[in-house]
Amino acid sequence: MLRQLSRRNRYLILLVGLLLLGLYFAPLWFVQLTAPQYPEGLGMNLWIHKITGLGQFDLQNINLLNHYVGMDPIIEQAIPEFGYMPYVVAFMILGAVVTFLYPRRFMVYLGLANLLLVGTAGMWDFWRWEYNYGHHLNPGAPISIPGMVYQPPLLGCKQLLNIESCSWPHLGGYLLFLVTAVLLFVIVSEHSKGTASK
Amino acid sequence: MRHTLFRWSLVLCIASAVVASVALTHCSKGGSNSNILASDAAKRVYVAPGQKDEFYWFMSGGYSGQVAVYAIPSGRLIKQIPVFSLFPEDGYGIEEETKDMLLTSHGYIPWGDAHHPEASMTKGVQDGRWLFINENNTPRIARIDLKSFSTAEIIEIPNTSGNHASPFSTENSEYLMSATRFSYPIPQKDVSVQDSEKGVLNGSISMIKVDPTSGRMSIALQILVPGYDYDISHCGKGPSHDWCFFSTYNTEQAHKMLEIEASKNDKDYILAFNWKKAEQCLADGKAKDFSGVYYTNFHPENKATIAEKHSGVKMITNPADCSGMMYYLPTPKSPHGADVDPSGEYIVGGGKLASLIPVHSFEKLQKAINDKSNYIKVVDGIPVLKYESTLAGEVQKPCLGPLHTEFDGLGYAYTSCFITSEVVKWKLGTWEVVDRIPVYYSIGHLSIAGGDSAKPIAKYLIALNKITKDRYLPVGPEVTQSAQLIDISGSKMKMLLDFPTIGEPHYAQGIPASLLAENSQKIFILAENENPYAVKNEKDARVERDGKTVHVYMTSIRSHFKPDVVEVKVGDTVYFHVTNLEQDYDIDHGFAVYGAPTSNILIMPGETKTMRYEATKEGIYPFYCTDFCSALHQEMQQYLRVTK
Repeated sequence: MLRQLSRRNRYLILLVGLLLLGLYFAPLWFVQLTAPQYPEGLGMNLWIHKITGLGQFDLQNINLLNHYVGMDPIIEQAIPEFGYMPYVVAFMILGAVVTFLYPRRFMVYLGLANLLLVGTAGMWDFWRWEYNYGHHLNPGAPISIPGMVYQPPLLGCKQLLNIESCSWPHLGGYLLFLVTAVLLFVIVSEHSKGTASK
Repeated sequence: MRHTLFRWSLVLCIASAVVASVALTHCSKGGSNSNILASDAAKRVYVAPGQKDEFYWFMSGGYSGQVAVYAIPSGRLIKQIPVFSLFPEDGYGIEEETKDMLLTSHGYIPWGDAHHPEASMTKGVQDGRWLFINENNTPRIARIDLKSFSTAEIIEIPNTSGNHASPFSTENSEYLMSATRFSYPIPQKDVSVQDSEKGVLNGSISMIKVDPTSGRMSIALQILVPGYDYDISHCGKGPSHDWCFFSTYNTEQAHKMLEIEASKNDKDYILAFNWKKAEQCLADGKAKDFSGVYYTNFHPENKATIAEKHSGVKMITNPADCSGMMYYLPTPKSPHGADVDPSGEYIVGGGKLASLIPVHSFEKLQKAINDKSNYIKVVDGIPVLKYESTLAGEVQKPCLGPLHTEFDGLGYAYTSCFITSEVVKWKLGTWEVVDRIPVYYSIGHLSIAGGDSAKPIAKYLIALNKITKDRYLPVGPEVTQSAQLIDISGSKMKMLLDFPTIGEPHYAQGIPASLLAENSQKIFILAENENPYAVKNEKDARVERDGKTVHVYMTSIRSHFKPDVVEVKVGDTVYFHVTNLEQDYDIDHGFAVYGAPTSNILIMPGETKTMRYEATKEGIYPFYCTDFCSALHQEMQQYLRVTK
């Protein structure tokens, strides 16, 4: 467990840190909405620290449409996760740097565990927000269809009244997948190196 | 006897049957103008649902005072731009922000007669920034912004009457030219028209400067010229960059029964005007301070119109004071068009009562003015040159009533012929007619995209006809005007489409969609709204009273106005300043108040507009959104309460 990482794998871990840095510059996920009246589409990007419209005024326009069915407005300030997610990612980058300087195999296990934990928690949290937005509707809303909920999908597309809502990973999301793959590769290669040397 | 009568009637009958059948065959040939299969034509103009056209075509609305925008080749009307006439559809010229656009030195005028759209140009080619158009009746020129497709500025031209030869642009839109069609006393005064000596009624040429960055227009210089009727102009390009050309009629200077008295001379003139020379004479102090009151009305984006009254212009009162500036080129007979080919070498006169089309050569003109033996006489300091000295050639027997000429850039010219109702295609240089096509009926102007510029697009020609008669389902005595789309991409012209137009389109400008569509404005950015009455947040919606004046700072967004109920008193003057908080394309809101003696106002996303309302009687007056904006549009209704 305390075995040193190979030189190449050390640099791969440094790469992981660099890739994670990308999360500050690219959105994790995006939600795209299309409707007959919105052929050009409306959409929003979810970052680790903010939520933005695909177009300059998309967020405002999505909220305007959502108010007809009584959904809460999507406002950055209402989502506390944006406040601490940057620190969580910073912690992971720090972990990568420490692993680079102190290249031990167990550190890589820890890193992967951390990543999977944060990833799973993040997806669950995203689902929970979507669930709440889609289910907690203002009973006084102009359009009220009994039994209808407006929870967007986590991954894939879903028809919600006249709007088709699609949710997919953005560049940041793919970075996370890549980071997971790199960590798995490091572990497997370290492991096979270990067995080969035995 | 009876027998003979019978035989004669039989002969007559047969004869008339033959005549009728010939006439019918002839008619059916003309009527279906079957030089192209209907299905082929349909394919050429069919723009499938969801697809877009290749060209914007800006057509003057004539006596509607507006500009109509058509999509070509489909011929669909896609916009009416209000310019010189008020427009209740969106409140232009009525609501507070734009009503001063229609101010003139004669007061507020709710109507105008729009004639010639002209595109702004760089190096003789349309640059897609602005469209200019003249008002003939109360002389004015408007500048339309081609991002917002709205009128940005109107300048009144003083010392001018019948602003017809206008607004023709120099090669880089340095200046717009403008001239009097109706000579009159300059400065204005009472004279005896019928008995007046020649010279009592004058003409004038105006140079309107266009600021190259802002587009703002100003009157740079005016020149007093003999009182002929200056009809149409076009400016030079390339070698003739420094020059503009104006056709004239009524060189007889008749002031009654012009249809007879003004058609006597065998030749009238085309005025060749060296505007660079005029610019130099102005700089040299040869222009005098001259009277003249006029307005400039500027509508900055999303603000109230700034209407300014000006007094005084610079005037060259005698063309002799600036020698080399002007020459008259004799041109048969009462010429209408004065059109310059893409190379800038040929100046084509449309001899409206002539049976030929005279073409002047710019090169020959340059030689002729340097040789005084070519001067026939001098009128008010303007030399009249020998016809032959500037003539490049004549198109013989092209048609009757040649009016206007446009070019395809491939060496051909297309001339509209009013009397014979046709378009004639002829070759520059050989002056041979190569093709002709009938149009329905009595064509005035014709238009090719860039057809008056240095770079025409030889694809479509639009015939702008004056008489419509039986082309559409009859709708009472007044019918629309008719335009016809003609394919000019091949060697033979092909008729593609008829479509009705608004008012009476005189000239038109076709501009490629690729030059304008990308820049077309979708919304006004609310954060950049500098209207002093704008409200950018619903929380700031309020009513402010200042004596008997009440300002309602109102917001509109799907699907309500704020404040909810507006309360005022009898005798109040109420200003509803409505800001549309939306930032979504095509989500306009309208605003109308029960009993308001104005129009509705239409407010674009991010825009503020103001309606003035006099509260005269107590009661409850509903107001509502007039532009269907959302699923809850019908619910967008509230109340104005007027109390004692």
